[in-house]
This record gives sequence, C-alpha cells and structure tokens, in this order.
Amino acid sequence: MADDAACWKADGNMTAIAEKAPEKAAVFRAEGVTRVYRTGAVEVRALRGVDLALYEHEMVVLLGASGSGKSTLLNILGGLDLPTDGKVFFRERELTKASDAQLTAFRRDHVGFVFQFYNLVPSLTARENVALVTEIARNPMRPEEALERAGLPDRMDHFPAELSGGEQQRVAIARAIAKRPDVLLCDEPTGALDSKTGIRVLEALYEVNRDLGTATVLITHNAEIQRIGHRVVVLADGRVTRDEENPSRVLPSEVSW
Amino acid sequence: MLRDLRRIWAQTLAIALVLGCGIMVLVGAQSTQRTLVQTQAAYYERHRFADVFVSMTRAPVAVVEAAAQIDGVAQAEGRIGFSAVLDIDSMTEPATAQVLSLPPNGATLNTPLLRAGRLPEPDRPHEVAINEPFGEAHGLVPGSRFRGVLNGQLREMEVTGWVLSPEFIYTMAPGALMPDDRRFGLIWMNEAAAAAAMDMAGAINQLSLRLTRDADERAVIVALDGLLDPYGGTGAHGRERQVSHSFLDGELQQLGAMAAFMPPIFLIVAAFLVNMVLGRLIALERTQIGLLKAVGYGRVEIAGHYLKLALLIGFLGIVLGWGFGWWIAEAMIALYGDFFRFPFIIRDLSFGALVISAVLGMATVLLGGLRAVWGSLKLPPAEAMQPPAPPSFGRGGLDRMLTGLRLRQTTMMIFRSIIRWPARAAITLFGVSASVGVLVMSYFMFDAVERLADSVFEQANRQQITLVLAQAQNESAVRDAYSLPGVRMAEGAYTMPVRLVNGHRERLSALQGHYEGAELARLVDDAGTVVALPGEGLVLPDMLARALGISAGEMLRVEMLAPPREVLELPVAAIIHQGLGQEAHIAAPALFAAMRTAPQVNMIHLMVETDRMEALNNAIKETPAVASLADWGEVRRQFDETLSENLLTMVGIYTLIGVLIAIGVVYNAARIQLSERSYELASLRVLGFSRGEVSFVLVGEMMLLTLVAVPVGWVLGYFLAVGLVGAMSTDTIQIPFHITKRTFALAALAVFLAALGSVMMVRRRLDRVDLAMALKARE
Repeated sequence: MADDAACWKADGNMTAIAEKAPEKAAVFRAEGVTRVYRTGAVEVRALRGVDLALYEHEMVVLLGASGSGKSTLLNILGGLDLPTDGKVFFRERELTKASDAQLTAFRRDHVGFVFQFYNLVPSLTARENVALVTEIARNPMRPEEALERAGLPDRMDHFPAELSGGEQQRVAIARAIAKRPDVLLCDEPTGALDSKTGIRVLEALYEVNRDLGTATVLITHNAEIQRIGHRVVVLADGRVTRDEENPSRVLPSEVSW
Repeated sequence: MLRDLRRIWAQTLAIALVLGCGIMVLVGAQSTQRTLVQTQAAYYERHRFADVFVSMTRAPVAVVEAAAQIDGVAQAEGRIGFSAVLDIDSMTEPATAQVLSLPPNGATLNTPLLRAGRLPEPDRPHEVAINEPFGEAHGLVPGSRFRGVLNGQLREMEVTGWVLSPEFIYTMAPGALMPDDRRFGLIWMNEAAAAAAMDMAGAINQLSLRLTRDADERAVIVALDGLLDPYGGTGAHGRERQVSHSFLDGELQQLGAMAAFMPPIFLIVAAFLVNMVLGRLIALERTQIGLLKAVGYGRVEIAGHYLKLALLIGFLGIVLGWGFGWWIAEAMIALYGDFFRFPFIIRDLSFGALVISAVLGMATVLLGGLRAVWGSLKLPPAEAMQPPAPPSFGRGGLDRMLTGLRLRQTTMMIFRSIIRWPARAAITLFGVSASVGVLVMSYFMFDAVERLADSVFEQANRQQITLVLAQAQNESAVRDAYSLPGVRMAEGAYTMPVRLVNGHRERLSALQGHYEGAELARLVDDAGTVVALPGEGLVLPDMLARALGISAGEMLRVEMLAPPREVLELPVAAIIHQGLGQEAHIAAPALFAAMRTAPQVNMIHLMVETDRMEALNNAIKETPAVASLADWGEVRRQFDETLSENLLTMVGIYTLIGVLIAIGVVYNAARIQLSERSYELASLRVLGFSRGEVSFVLVGEMMLLTLVAVPVGWVLGYFLAVGLVGAMSTDTIQIPFHITKRTFALAALAVFLAALGSVMMVRRRLDRVDLAMALKARE
C-alpha cells in the first residue's frame, strides 16, 4: 500500500491546478460533475454538471430529497465511484484520473465514511471495528480515544448486535475519525435513528469538526439539520440549486425534529 | 426456478460433479465388475473350466476313472504336464514353458480355444499349439519352429496354431510375480508325444475334475487326496487356489471393493453441499418466501420448489455420473479384456447399478435439501419478510484466548466467522479432509506396491538369476554353477511343496530351506529386517500361522508333496510379520537333519557379469539339469513397466476425483461466504482496504480450514487405507500397510492447490463487486 500511496502522490503532483486561488483552502473541488447510470435501456442522470467546493475546517450540510443525487455526489467525492463526465480534485490532485489502487490509498489515508446503516463488521467488537482502521492508518489515534470522542467510552467490548442503532453509529463515527482523516463524509448518519439518538450522533460529529477541524460533509434529507452546518448546499434533480453560508449556526442540541 | 438455477449454476455444477463422481465410480466399477464376472462365467462354461485340480508325481491312467466315481464328480480328465526351457530365435535368453498334453480325442475339460491355425494332429509328435500371447510376442505363427529341452532332451517343435484357455486367463510362470508373455509360454502337445518325452506312457501327473451342481467340494478333495496319496498327490484344490482364477477373482473383488467403498464418501459430501447451497439460497430468498406464505402458498408448495432445485442438481449429477461411469466402464473393460485376453466380452451395463445409483443420488440431494428447506418453512411469514437479524457473536473461552493473541482484526474476522458457524466450517472441513483422505488412500496403493517391490527385489531377492533345477542335487551343484559363464556368486536353496497340518486345519504351502550365510535370497520381514533362522524349527509368517491356528512352541505336521515325500513333525520356532509371506521357512541343516539326508539344493541363485549374460543364457539352454530360469532384473523391469502404466492411470483418475471433491466443497463454501459477506467486504474496501487485504478475509478463512482439514484428512486417509487393505487382502496376499510421507505430502499439496484455485476463482468475483451498489443494497 505504501507503493500505491507514493504512486498517488507522484501522479497527483503532476495534475496540480492553479486557476483562481480560492480565498480559503479547498479540500474538494468538483467541476461539472455528471453521472449517468445505465441499466439496460433506461438511463438515469443522477448528477447533471455539479460545481462545488469544500473548504478546510468546514461543515457542509448537503440537503436534498431522495433521488436528488446527493449520495452519488458523496460517493464520487469519496472515491467510491467515478463521474461520467467532469473533474473532481482532492486538494490539487485529480481524483478522476486516479487508478483503483490510488483511490484505495486515498480512502485509506484521507477519507472517513459514516453511512446510514453503520457498515460495521458484525464479527468485531466496537473497539475492534475501530482498530480495523487504525491498524492500516498512517497516524491514527488509539481506538479508545476515538470511541471516547464519539461519545462511547463504556461499551467498547460489545459486538454490533449488542449495541443500539445510535451506539452503532457512534462506533462508525469513531472508526471514521480514528485515522485523523482530512475529510469526513457522512451519508444520512441519522437516517435510521430516532431524533433523540440522532441528535447525539450529530453532537459527536459537531465536536469532531470543532475539536479536530476535520472538514465534514453531512448528507441529509432532513431540513432541520442544515442549521448546524457552516454552509448549506441544496441538491435537486442532480443540480446544485442553492449554496450559501449559514450565518446563524446552532448546536445540535438546539435542533429538533 | 430456472432463475435460481442460473444464479447458482457454477455451484450446481460443482455439486453435480461431486455427486457424479460417486455415481461414476459406482456405475463404472459395478458395470466393469459385472461384465467381467459374466464374461468369466461364460468363458468357464463354454470351455469347461474344471472345479478341482490336482498334480501328482505319476499315476496310472486308471485313476481318472476312479476319480470320476467319487461322489459329486461329474467328469474327470487326466493329462501330463511339465515345464520346459525353450530356445526361441527372437530372444537370447531362454524362455520357459508349461507343456500340457492333449488327449487324442480332444480335451473335454479346460478345452483350449483355437484362435489361429489348428490343433496338433495326434499322429505328428513334433506338432504343438501355443498360447496366443506367446505366439504374438515371438511371431511364432503356424508353421514356425522352435527348440526346447523336454525332460533333458533337445527337441524341435512346429507350431500348428494359437490357442487360449480358461485355465490361463492370467498366465504366470510358477514363482513369478507378473505375467510375462515373452518369457513364459504354454504348449499343448499330443498325449503320445508328451508321454514319450516324459516316459509316462499309460500314466498322468495332472487331474482336473468338474463337479456336479450339488457336490461338496471339500468332500471330493478329501476323497481325491486319499485316492492319489499312493501316487504322490500334491494336494487337490478348488478354483480358489488355481493361479489364474484366484488372480482374476482378486481383481474382481477389488473392483467390488471400490464400488462399495468410494461412492459413500462422495454422496455424503454432495449431500452436505446441497444442504449448504440451498440453505444459502433460501436465506437470500427469505423475504420472498415470507411473501409467498403471506399470500397463501402452503409449506408443501414452497418446499417443493426448493426440493425441485435439489432434484435438478441430483438429476444433473446422475446423468453426468452415468455418462462418465459408462465411459470409464468401457475403458476399463477394454483394459481388462486386453490384459486377460478374453476371447469375447459379455457386456452387462449393470442395470441394477444404474437404478441404485439414481436412487442413492436422489436420496442424497433430497436429504441435503430437506434439512435446508425445513428451517425456512418454520418461520412465520411476518418474520420471514423481515431481513434476518444481524448475527450475534458470543465470547466463549476460545474467543477470549484469540483476543489475547492480539491478532490483526482481519484475522480476527476469520476466526470469529469459523467459531460463529461451526457447522458450516465443519462441512468444509469434512469435505476437504475427505478429498485428502481419498488421495492418501489412492496414493497409498503406490506405496504398497513400491514397498512390495522393495521387499521382494531389494531386500529378499538380491540375486540376478535363479536357476530352478530339474531335480534336487547334492550341495556340490552350487560349486558346479561357478563353471557357468559369467557367474560371480552362486548360492543354493531348497524348496519343497508341502501340506502343513495342525489338527483339522491345513494349508498347502512351500517349505524353504535356507542355508547359513545366504547373501542373495534372504528371509526379510515387514520391517525390512533380515530374519536369522533359528537352529531348529520352523519360522512362519503370521498370516499362515493364523490360518493354521498355531503359535510359537507348538508342533506342526509337514507333509512333503514331492519326493522324498516325508512327513515331519517340526516345532514352530518363531512367527514373523510378513504381509506377502505364505511359505514356511527353516534352516537347511535343521531340515536335512529331520529328513536324515545329506543337504541338497534344487534352486541356485546367481550373481553374474552382466556382459556375459548371453553366454550364460546359451549355456543354460543346453543344460538339462536346469528346468527353468528366472531373470530378476527382467522381472523387475516388467514389474516397473506395468506399474507405471496401470498405476499412473489409476492415480491420475483418483487425483482428479479427490481434487474434484476439494473444488466442489471449497468453491461452494467460498461462494456462500462471498454472498453473505459481500456487504461487509465491500465496507472494508470503502474503509481503504486494498483488494488483496479484503480477499485475505475470504481466502484466509478457506485456506485456514483447508490447512486444518489436511491433518484430519491424513487420519481419514489412514483409516481408508486400513479399510482398503482389509478389502483387498486375500488369503494369499496381505497388502503391506505403510503410508509414506510422500503420499501424505502429495495428497495435501494436491488438495491445497485445488482449494486455493477454487477460492481464487471466487476472489475474482469479489474484485467485481461494485462498492457503491454494495453499500446501497442491504439484504
């Protein structure tokens, strides 16, 4: 894997861009990203020319109805999927030109994922699920520290089946932040949870963003959650329809649904 | 259903192949065996193969009539038989032959079957018929001539025709280990000519009987032995001790053993596989089953659907098995037909085997399927429609121990999966170890034969040449042998056909007199140790001692069946382990002291200069005192040749079969793992694990199970080999039981590679898993 990473770096440096310097350092930059799925004769245009930037230390809430293309966009940013057209840059490296091995190295070193259904390994305990990642990360925190940050210090030796949904999601967050990622990508992290539990999960994400400065993208279809973000991007029908700063940011404990 | 089948076609095929293997062996071995049994029976019947055989020194022709009067005897026929050394133009070394007389009116028992030319005319003493393979080997077509030493006289003979005989389906020179059609022939000669050559006018030395249907063979043999005792009868015996028949029967018995022994392993593995695959399919379609039940489908209808799938797998396996079984039977029948020179083949495709195999095959898949189907049907529809609860993992002592080992988490996943689903791991383990077992068992046959060869050629018989003398001679004959060209070393030995009697138990055997300091022909036990003969008493191999019910220290009655025909009472001094041994041994001084004669020899073992072989051969052809000659180098060469031909084919087939089981099991297990864990494995990819690291979880579990299965398979193979030895050993041959490290290693390697290949095939599917899709589609 070290080779992959080195290869990725070399490749990335060659595709540096220096168009207009942003006022803040951009972590992600998407330019005209289009994604078309073809299943048989049916053609689904999930994304239709999305331009978007994500900056350091920022928490962006990506809002949209189901089918608006927000998960597709997140998968492309996270190197899980490739756009049909358009370019995606992570810092100054072009993701859309990376090989499969380079994308793997990218995910391993830079991205933390949190999904709606937690995606924990059922045969590993909470601590082990986190250790799974710390074992392959370059500069990880201890699994115990990550679990504490995610607000789950006392159930480390439980298996996923022994944890509630909210607890499982906090294990997933601990697993995502343990590698000290540059960016945290969260796809409907509260989607399967009741509001009380959901808020506790949001608190965990909020604190990680605040304390570690990890740039965070939070996908939701729940409009209430947009109030905790620095910025809100609304997606509809595969296009960005709104992209604005949130001047009146609140704590997760102040939102309710 | 066809959709289900298409989804699991590779797994279906893998199971069908395993099932098919079992059915193939069953049908193939059964059909071959039945065809050979039918052919043998018809051959025996048409050519009037005798039921009881006996040799004697010399008896008046009148004993034939007397023998025919014995209660239970339907027919009796006498003849003159003797051995001869031949001088054939196409070979430098002498050949030996068994000469048999033909009654003037034609044989009525063991009748020769004319294949070419004609039988000798009664009034032409130089005319002979020879056995077809010998004629072919030397191009001795009708009209050809060759010379031979008959009873010390050099004679020229003319071939009139080629024949086959039910008595010599398997043609082997006395004392030889393998048939050798070039160096051993059969000669049928006019009775008058044979009598003249042997000075036996009005006398016979062999007698064959055909019994009535309800005859008591034992009683006939007792009566016959009584009748022939004054004439030097060597002990009558039934077909079971007739060389050709007992060998053929042994082969048929082995085929039967294979048909009984191998298929159950395959069937059990196939049942487990069906269970595993259907179980998984049902788990995947759990929601659909719930829905079907909710809308009113009955349990029987739903179960029927999946069982139909199982039956389809069974059907496929049966058709494959029948097809390959038929093909293998054809090949084996052709092989055996050639080897035994059957003049005709009566095919019996064993309808019974087809039916039995079909029933067994179907029962196998149904049994495997039912277990899988039953569990799913018990679920109430509402629960079935929910996705299954995530598997819960417990923390047993084993788990705590593993945690203590501080393994990598991916390794931990492997262990937890095995601990969580022990039954499934056990099936994989059983299947893989079964294939290791089958391989150990089949490679063991190599070991056994090699061991046998080593014991016979390297340990016991180190001589290059053995001369069999026409008559026992004074010990000085050994010194005379040094005058033959090229002889470096000569060693005398004495052998005598005997009947060993202990109370009511008796055995026909041979007594070997060993001279002290023998370097060439030695008595060697199964451990490879040279046995030093005690100064007094007999040494018996354990099988012979068991058959006689005698132990060391007891007295055994030894009746010599050739001149001087003494009856001795000798103590049993020791019993040794000797799988191949059927003969009694004694130190020569002890033997001749008991016989109150001067030491004698009737065999001389030689070491010779290899470049003087031709001169030696020529000298022996002209030496009337030598009745026959065995060239051990040649015997070994032929032995190895036959071995590499037959055994390699067999081992190839078994390897294929064993490897097929391993592939069937591992491929299916890996596919199921992949199907159940694709979500989890895709998650690992998302977390930044490389393809290799993710496949480690899948490949690692399978290979770990394979590694654990290997020693289990070794143990299984050990017991299979024990069973095989039991099934194939006869009264006369006990297959040496010794499994080499090479066998264990080869079996393990073959299975390991097969398992690795199968799991790598599944791994390729893992590479194709679409990450984004895998995350969306939650089962």
